[in-house]
Amino acid sequence: MNRFQWGDTNLSLGEDSLTNQTGIALYDGESKTNFEGGVANITSHRLVWKEQYGRTTCLSLPLSLVQRLEEQASGFAKSAKIVVHLSSPVSGQQAGPASSSKYDYIRLSFRDGGQQEFLRYLVQALREKKWEKKYVPPAPPGAPPGAVAGRHRPGIVGIERSIQQKQQQTDTSIDQSFQDLKKLMEKAQEMVSLSKSIVTKIRDKQGEITEDETIKFKSYLLSMGIPNPVTKETHGTGDKYYRELAKELASVLEKPIKDCGGMMTMTDVYCRVNRARGMELISPEDLLNACETFEELRLPIKLRRFESGVMVLQSSTHSEEEVIKKTTEVVESKGSLTAEELAQNIGLSVILAKERLLLTERVGGVCRDDSEEGLRFYPNLLLTKT
Amino acid sequence: MGSVEKPWQFNFPPFFTIQPNIDTRKKQLEAWCEYVLEHQKNKNSHSLDINEAHSAIFTNKDINRKLPMDGVQMVLEELRKKGHLEWKDPKVQKECLIMWRTPEEWGKLIYKYISSKSMINTVCTLFELANGDDTEGEAFHGLEDWLLRRALQTLEKDGKAELMSFDGNEGVKFF
Repeated sequence: MNRFQWGDTNLSLGEDSLTNQTGIALYDGESKTNFEGGVANITSHRLVWKEQYGRTTCLSLPLSLVQRLEEQASGFAKSAKIVVHLSSPVSGQQAGPASSSKYDYIRLSFRDGGQQEFLRYLVQALREKKWEKKYVPPAPPGAPPGAVAGRHRPGIVGIERSIQQKQQQTDTSIDQSFQDLKKLMEKAQEMVSLSKSIVTKIRDKQGEITEDETIKFKSYLLSMGIPNPVTKETHGTGDKYYRELAKELASVLEKPIKDCGGMMTMTDVYCRVNRARGMELISPEDLLNACETFEELRLPIKLRRFESGVMVLQSSTHSEEEVIKKTTEVVESKGSLTAEELAQNIGLSVILAKERLLLTERVGGVCRDDSEEGLRFYPNLLLTKT
Repeated sequence: MGSVEKPWQFNFPPFFTIQPNIDTRKKQLEAWCEYVLEHQKNKNSHSLDINEAHSAIFTNKDINRKLPMDGVQMVLEELRKKGHLEWKDPKVQKECLIMWRTPEEWGKLIYKYISSKSMINTVCTLFELANGDDTEGEAFHGLEDWLLRRALQTLEKDGKAELMSFDGNEGVKFF
């Protein structure tokens, strides 16, 4: 930090401003400083940091002191950083925020991102070393083009060249953006392997932690998702894929289906499964195809289509008599019910509640009252009362 | 004529929705048929206009329910199948004759009365039967002419009576 000087943002003769980046915090080596949330500015001669608001504090660092640069990638709750290694301070430098420092480097933390571009300009400025050159005033207009060669060439060649330049620029920016994506993918992979390793660790150390804790932790992990989802890449295509997927679905859904009364609509299933799978989403069609193999594989859940066209998954142990009996009882105890009221009463979706009522009606358990006030179901007194 | 005693179903809202379940619907239609006949019997009326009946018989203002028209037709069709109803014009189906006792039932009633009075093998006029002083108090007293004739025709078919006409009067002889 002792290489910094109090400075100003005014450019000296021959100095160019290259880029600005907001959200920069300065670190003196490993330790934090009070200089946070500022704007960093690279000029051809200096690295300037100033407060983003207020703008009273302004620090400058001559680029001549920079020895080399190092990049630190961002991590969990950590911004990306650039480490700037510095040579020892020259004697007789102007006053700065610190008189001495135990570090030979400072770090710039990029809390708003943008370190890639910033680094590029910094490298460029270091390579050009403009601070060593004597300032040459630009050639006056009309002078033969020499110093600024190539840049403003007129005519077709000039146009072609500028088009080429633009293309190059887009190419590089596309490359860069894909680089970022690649990194993200790698991180996701890491997360998956991490969760897997936790699962195996739990399995190995089952003796050391109590049963209770294991169960609790496992349930956390399960709620996080499916640790190793079946994908087309890993399990082939076509029927084989669907069968594997069906097995996965059965193991994941068996319990939730039982918990919500033995039946779940396909829309709910679709949402739940994809939430659990996280990255490896499946299409509705794949889901349906997989569900159609349930019966053949003798899995504990089955696909069922109601006459209304509503599709649900229901557990094989699900008994209709039970549902009919229960629905009849609820309707009898309430006097009369609409599908919405039944849904609230037993905690089901309205679609399923209606299916239950229709099923019960089909066997004569309830009868309907279809008026302007909506469709209500009554205990079937027409049959039972004489 | 006192007002008809309404069946309990009349205050049960599902009664006014034709039930999709076949068993339930059967019971429902039975109840409706009974109610319609009871209503007609109470009014001692044998004809029914379907539109009038819709608002008079098939509506319960208290619970704001009305059996829809197709439901009404279903009930009437059920009555027809049981022999209680005849359309005055089967093509239009607007007005109908409701026989809360079928002609057969009337015939049996009359025959029972005749035999109890040992009037078998005697002749009496139709007017005597329906409006005579002797039959006052009998169920068929005041029976409309057309229905009386229909009832006697059923007896005739069984060979228990013979309709005859003389001097512009109509009479019947029981066997």
